[in-house]
Amino acid sequence: MKMGNMDNSIEVTDLVTQYGDRVVLKKISFAIPRGKNTVILGGSGCGKSTLLKHLIGLLKPTSGKILINGKDTTVMNEDEFNEVRKRMGVLFQGAALLNSMTLEENVALPMREHTKLEDSTIQIMVRMKLDLVGLSGFGKFYPSQLSGGMKKRAGIARAMALDPEFLFFDEPSAGLDPVTAAGLDELIVNLRNVFKMTIVVVTHELPSVFMIADCVIMLDRGEVLFAGSLEELKASGNERIRMFLERRPETETYSPEDYFRFIAGN
Amino acid sequence: MPSTAESVFGFIGRRAVSLLKNVHDASRLINNTFYWTFVSPFKGKPVRIRATVSEMVKTGYNSVPIVAVISFFVGIILALQAAYQLRKFGALIYVANLVGVSITRELGPILTAIIVAGRSGSAFAAEIGSMKAAEEVDALVSMGINPVRFLVTPKLIALMIMLPALTIFSDLVGIFGGLLLSNMLLDINAVNYFQQTINSLLVKDILTGLVKAWAFGVVITIVGSYQGFKVEGGAEEVGKRTTASVVASIFLVIVFDLFFTTLFYYFT
Repeated sequence: MKMGNMDNSIEVTDLVTQYGDRVVLKKISFAIPRGKNTVILGGSGCGKSTLLKHLIGLLKPTSGKILINGKDTTVMNEDEFNEVRKRMGVLFQGAALLNSMTLEENVALPMREHTKLEDSTIQIMVRMKLDLVGLSGFGKFYPSQLSGGMKKRAGIARAMALDPEFLFFDEPSAGLDPVTAAGLDELIVNLRNVFKMTIVVVTHELPSVFMIADCVIMLDRGEVLFAGSLEELKASGNERIRMFLERRPETETYSPEDYFRFIAGN
Repeated sequence: MPSTAESVFGFIGRRAVSLLKNVHDASRLINNTFYWTFVSPFKGKPVRIRATVSEMVKTGYNSVPIVAVISFFVGIILALQAAYQLRKFGALIYVANLVGVSITRELGPILTAIIVAGRSGSAFAAEIGSMKAAEEVDALVSMGINPVRFLVTPKLIALMIMLPALTIFSDLVGIFGGLLLSNMLLDINAVNYFQQTINSLLVKDILTGLVKAWAFGVVITIVGSYQGFKVEGGAEEVGKRTTASVVASIFLVIVFDLFFTTLFYYFT
């Protein structure tokens, strides 16, 4: 993947994030192709959630550039970024529907806030979006009355409300049973096929990766370990990638000196 | 090992840095809240009317019973305490003056504010805090909706209207409590008591009370929302922040009361 390529909708260059002294992302660079499903893969604590927060503008990086459609979002102010956000949909880990509102109101919220559409038009669009994710007839329900899988589907309907160019998913299958998770994965694949959206999924679930990914970016300890297609990932001989794919536990080995220092408390 | 001096300066430095950060966060919230409430509606970003009305019902209308009961009791207590002293001088009719002035100038606004801080200030912190914990605030941001405009502005407008309104109500009920007691136990004719109250009260007594109530409404909203937005972790922190919001808003209400009372003493 070359930099400056028009086929890439998101390009990240030399991104560094620090929380205090701890460096979470160490100068990472990659590109996300347009109209494909890209999975950001990695173990817990590798910085993948932090990376997602940078892409959707919830966190500002310490240094580095994030180009979305060729524009650097790290130097934008809130108003400029909000224009970009209108073309993004995000599904959060817990779906993050507003609990005080019904599903209809949740899905209608971005339309009411950002468009001047008539309420009757909004109603029709809301029903279309809910139907799209298989939730027709649930519009009057509150999020607390739904199962985890249904909440996530409703979250997708809300993310799709403004027909975005980009969809971001944070651990879509977390906390779901295998059947529901597979249903959600299938929905993600269908969305790409039908709407040609650029979809970015952050996950560590291997079955999901194999089902939905066109491209994979694998993070490890704050660095990009792998970037390429799913086939290339499967064929990779890298030790840490193989460990991840074959679900082998990480064995930490201490040298005697390290162990002594550790138990001595410094 | 750092020396004692190093630890002392380190301690002072860390506390100062975290204090400065809190001051910074609080001023930013205040700035944003006033911007989204008073400036942006004139730039084509309207206030959410329905949410505001719903907040007004929750914070104002639903507090009416408790405000009524407490104000009524305090009116009675004030009349009794006043009678205890005034009886010695045979000046029982001045109970009306004392009850009227202390309720409208002081106790009406502050009692209402403390009740609302306990009911609504804590509710604001808990609501925003649990939304923060469930990533709902992040979701708002990612949809391009400013959380301060969406969550805080309706609450601020609701309290700016409802706290003075509740205060007027509290004034009336408190005075009525004093009247009832004086009529029944102190043998003061109700009409005389009423006349005496009207004569003793000045418009400025009531107005200064309402200005205070308005300021208390702002303080309670800002403190509750600030504590809510401070939540980073889970449910446990929501509880902690809720408690902190009640303590801080009652404290700040009294600080502002002191400030306004002093101001009005010299300048009205």
